Amino acid sequence: MSKAGDKSWIGRSVERIEDLTLLAGRGRYIDDIGVPPGTLHAAILRSPHAHAEIRAINTEAARRARGVVAIITAAEVAKLSASLVVGVKAPIECWPIAVGRVRHVGEPVAVVVAGDRYLAEDALELIEVDYAPLPAIVDPLAALDPQLPPLHEGLSSNIASDRSFRYGDPQREFAEAARKVSVSIRYPRNSCTPIETYGIVAVYDPAEDAYDVLANFPGPFSLHPVMARALKVPGNRLRLRTPPDSGGSFGIKQGVFPYVVLMGVAARVAGRPVKWVEDRLEHLCASVSATNRVTKLEAAVDADGRVRALSFDQIEDVGAHIRAPEPATLYRMHGNLTGAYDIRHVAVRNRVVLTNKTPTGLNRGFGGPQMYYALERLMQRVAVELKLDPIDVIRCNLVPTNAFPYQTASGALLDSGDYTRALDVALADGGFAELKKRRDAARAQGRIYGIGCTAVVEPSVSNMGYITTVLTAEERRRAGAKNGAQATATVAFDPLGAVSVHTASAPQGQGHRTVLAQIVADAFGLAPNDIRTVSEIDTARDAWSIASGNYSSRFAAAVGGAAHLAAMRLKEKLARTAAAQLNVPPAEIEFAGGRVHARGNPDNSISFARLAATSHWSPGVVADDDQALRETVFWTPPELSPPTEADEVNSSLCHGFIFDFCGVEVDRVTGAVRVDKYVTMHDCGRVLHPGMVAGQITGGFAQGIGAALYEEFAYSPDGAFLAGTFADYLLPTSTEVPVPVILHVETPSPFTPLGAKGVGEGNCMSTPVCLANAVTDALGLDAIDLPMTPAKLAAHIHPAEQAPNRARGLS
Amino acid sequence: MPRMSADANHRIRFKLNGRMVEADAEPRMLLTDFLRYNLAMTGTHVGCEHGVCGACTIEIDGVPARACLTLAVQADGADIRTIEGLAPAPGRLSVLQEAFRRHHALQCGFCTAGILLSLECYLRDNPSPDEATLRDYLGGHLCRCTGYVTIIAAALDAAERLRDANKDA
Repeated sequence: MSKAGDKSWIGRSVERIEDLTLLAGRGRYIDDIGVPPGTLHAAILRSPHAHAEIRAINTEAARRARGVVAIITAAEVAKLSASLVVGVKAPIECWPIAVGRVRHVGEPVAVVVAGDRYLAEDALELIEVDYAPLPAIVDPLAALDPQLPPLHEGLSSNIASDRSFRYGDPQREFAEAARKVSVSIRYPRNSCTPIETYGIVAVYDPAEDAYDVLANFPGPFSLHPVMARALKVPGNRLRLRTPPDSGGSFGIKQGVFPYVVLMGVAARVAGRPVKWVEDRLEHLCASVSATNRVTKLEAAVDADGRVRALSFDQIEDVGAHIRAPEPATLYRMHGNLTGAYDIRHVAVRNRVVLTNKTPTGLNRGFGGPQMYYALERLMQRVAVELKLDPIDVIRCNLVPTNAFPYQTASGALLDSGDYTRALDVALADGGFAELKKRRDAARAQGRIYGIGCTAVVEPSVSNMGYITTVLTAEERRRAGAKNGAQATATVAFDPLGAVSVHTASAPQGQGHRTVLAQIVADAFGLAPNDIRTVSEIDTARDAWSIASGNYSSRFAAAVGGAAHLAAMRLKEKLARTAAAQLNVPPAEIEFAGGRVHARGNPDNSISFARLAATSHWSPGVVADDDQALRETVFWTPPELSPPTEADEVNSSLCHGFIFDFCGVEVDRVTGAVRVDKYVTMHDCGRVLHPGMVAGQITGGFAQGIGAALYEEFAYSPDGAFLAGTFADYLLPTSTEVPVPVILHVETPSPFTPLGAKGVGEGNCMSTPVCLANAVTDALGLDAIDLPMTPAKLAAHIHPAEQAPNRARGLS
Repeated sequence: MPRMSADANHRIRFKLNGRMVEADAEPRMLLTDFLRYNLAMTGTHVGCEHGVCGACTIEIDGVPARACLTLAVQADGADIRTIEGLAPAPGRLSVLQEAFRRHHALQCGFCTAGILLSLECYLRDNPSPDEATLRDYLGGHLCRCTGYVTIIAAALDAAERLRDANKDA
């Protein structure tokens, strides 16, 4: 075994265990893994209409096509499965294939299963569908119209949920406040679009009525019961497995779950294993989008910029179906609606509407980008309208340093932080004064230059009960309280004393295996390379729970912590066994450099491997309570309680802090935005691996640039989808993403075993609005919606073009 | 190129990472599918199938090319290099691959093969690139994880080490 030395591995940017394999092209992504002999391949026929009745589907010619084994339509799916459970109390069905009518472009209509993908796609062209087009609803405000026919038969309108909340006395505060300031926002649809698409290999065993599905599904595994119920089997008859490697997710791959049901049915009908890999057009038009949201947010403000109360009116567009876990996007931030600010009075109205667009789901930031765009645009408007410095407005409203842990008006418990110090360090170390000089110099030259800033609280480790805030207290009582965030980790010794770690964390590139090796190596005085880690999931064999998976930035805080706890349990047992052998008290046993020794006497020692193997070879010499073979820890934080009768909810366990500022220049001719400087300050608690933390921040920042400047899942008024390729849905490339200045302060979380907090999503929340605040500062605009494309900004720079003089033109 | 029948399989032979390979494919089969499924070279990834993302980039006759926009039959007789041919030996990495590892220039690793192939070709012809030129060149690759910062740093670092190695040689 290698020498570990005395230094902790946690906190060091060790090279990733994953990278030797990935860099050599030996990764095992879903499409790289061998499939059972005889596996067939599926292709999906999708709706070209935003809204249409399906009068008939003729599959005769397709069934006769070369290589076709089976064709699955709604008839087979409805016979062999049940509707996916939806998260609101409304009589709505949600199928993985269109039943009776199509409700968005790209909705599956039929599945062809054939000998290979080429043959399956050939047969798609032979399927004839008789559609009767219906009017489409695209605008979420139009969906509020009670006169329009509902998209789902069980509903009386297209409003699937309408809840109002009141914390403190916002009515009184608004009546008494010196000023009212408001913003109206239309947050667009976008997605973090992983470069690997969805993939599934589904097998059905008729003898045991059981499904075995391999899918690049990242969790949350609360969707496993949803899939099992849809397939009409108990949970133990849906074995769901994930591949070792996954090509990015950013939440988006959660949306593979309806296809698990669809391909499960396809495998059952075909009588053979079925594989399906989504193509890019399918992914862009029909996988998952973030919600678009219309927000009116108003603040009651004192003359000095102190915000006394907020009033939210949020209209959330979840698309054509309320697919689980929606409407979670709307409620993920519910405890954090006051952001980084000490605001005690909040009114909220949340409406969830259905439109003829792709169903929504997890997307990095999950609710944060939409909410903070409104809140942080509002804070800038407070400064502008009251003629105050935006930094001063942020500063005077921040949660005070001595107030942690701080309970927000809507129930979140902000675990730790020193927001004022983080702000001060960012301004000083990030060069804010110089940036202001730079702006003034640019403006003196006639250039269009602006500065933006924003403060964000980044929640992580979701409370599995937060989504129930969409229900009334009475409905929650009837349904049973939901809460918690079970994380699992297993640490085991083999007969040679080597250490293995398993977590149900399903990473998609975040380096979980490396960090787990660091954590467990520290516990045992070993080196990370001594530890073997497995982080994929097999629901038939592994320890897992509904919170398992990789989302809500829960790995470092929750899963890493559980691995630490499992290792420490084994370590305590080993220490007692070693104490007996070395004739010293257990408290004097130390683990270092691959050996276990008595404190102050390194010669009185035993090799770690020999000690760790003892319970395999010589259990008789180990006390019953100290048998040390394998330890599984389930850890859930007690702070994550269910929503209260008053609808207060601690929606997340940890709360990082971000303060960003930036300088941008808008091209006077083209309207293009150039990000001149970007500073991002993070407090994510204890940093476990600085290189990976920087990677998370920079990656989220780049996605924030994309959401701010380029990306939109655009629809025409008739519901046609306008962003079906990467030439239409523009991602930022290396020429558009500048190098951000990353700063840190650390206030460890008191609620997590290692003091770590999540850090994966914050810049998707902070960067879009920070850039928008800079662009509005540059152009002197009251309002701007994303994406801030050159055409949109040029319209603010150039006077409206004159209509050409037709008479002269025709002469 | 000989006239081919759409329905028939055709024998395709080319040099892959220094060794001759051959297998049959229909004329319509994409080179990505041929490499991955017929030759089991799964290191070349497919991200968009319309030539924008760059994940499938391989080297064909010394030039980087999108394997997803190439038919397998077009590769007949070519000299092809893929990600599997970059490392000098199993368990070892090339100078560029090492630099990616040191700089954390990958997270999920899905786009990485294409970026490495593009950079291998580019650094061979342009041993002293500046950052702006590299950023412009890598504009043909989409990475959703890293924000590109570490990729650029790794490429600059690798270029310097390759220059030093050539000086010593």
